[in-house]
Amino acid sequence: MSRINDVGGMHGFGPIDTHDDEAGFHHEWEARVFAINRLLLKAGTYTLDEFRYAVERMDPQEYLAASYYQRWLHAIETLLAEKGVL
Amino acid sequence: MSHDHEGSAAVSNRVKLLVTALQERSVLTEAQLDDTVEKLLLHSKPANAFAMVARSWVDAAYKARLLADANAAAAELGIDLSHWSPVKLRAVENTPVSHKVIVCTLCSCYPIALLGPSPTWYKSEAYRSRVVRDPRSVLAEFGVSLPDEKEITVWDSTAEVRYLVIPQRPAATENATEAQLAAMITRNGLIGTALL
Repeated sequence: MSRINDVGGMHGFGPIDTHDDEAGFHHEWEARVFAINRLLLKAGTYTLDEFRYAVERMDPQEYLAASYYQRWLHAIETLLAEKGVL
Repeated sequence: MSHDHEGSAAVSNRVKLLVTALQERSVLTEAQLDDTVEKLLLHSKPANAFAMVARSWVDAAYKARLLADANAAAAELGIDLSHWSPVKLRAVENTPVSHKVIVCTLCSCYPIALLGPSPTWYKSEAYRSRVVRDPRSVLAEFGVSLPDEKEITVWDSTAEVRYLVIPQRPAATENATEAQLAAMITRNGLIGTALL
């Protein structure tokens, strides 16, 4: 079954904003989310596959409305709850 | 950011609460977080990939090793990819008849250790959805017009493999030093959305 993250070949997302070329973090919290994920992966709290799966099974509307690192945050919170860490 | 349905201040607060909870359970510390961000900003930068590509232009044996095992070729130049393990890096080469471009349609996998954090457009649904279907028009939006007879190959990243494009060496650079060559390379050139 195709999930909303599987956008390859989909129509309707419009032109690419090639000028939105900013690389890096727009907000301090984004860097923190990146670091939390890196540390939890390193600690073996979850695997990269589990992390990706947690992003991919987000509710489609929530997925499309969320920014890139909001999706990460959502996945981290989901996995920590499912694994009984938090 | 236009996609912020939840205000940034609210998300920032959510992250603060998460960090506090993880600290209380001794899962991680504030110092570890700061250290991780600092290391990322210090070591994950495009200069890493620029050095690898410039070396491959002046040293055919290095290029062969880069194409055969890019992780080992990075390590040769002192670029540490250990945190990335077991992700495999694969270099794909532009030729006079074939142009390469990379994407991650399923999420936004990217050789961050070699290029730094990815640009916003790389993570956009617009790029991810269309570059695999109509790469020629996508490249045109980036100002890259390729002749019809030039083949375009799109490499779609997975959880296990990340790609890096080796562009063609710019013309008339026979006398350029490795450092001068490295300075001619751009990040988008190594994604495939720019020519050098």
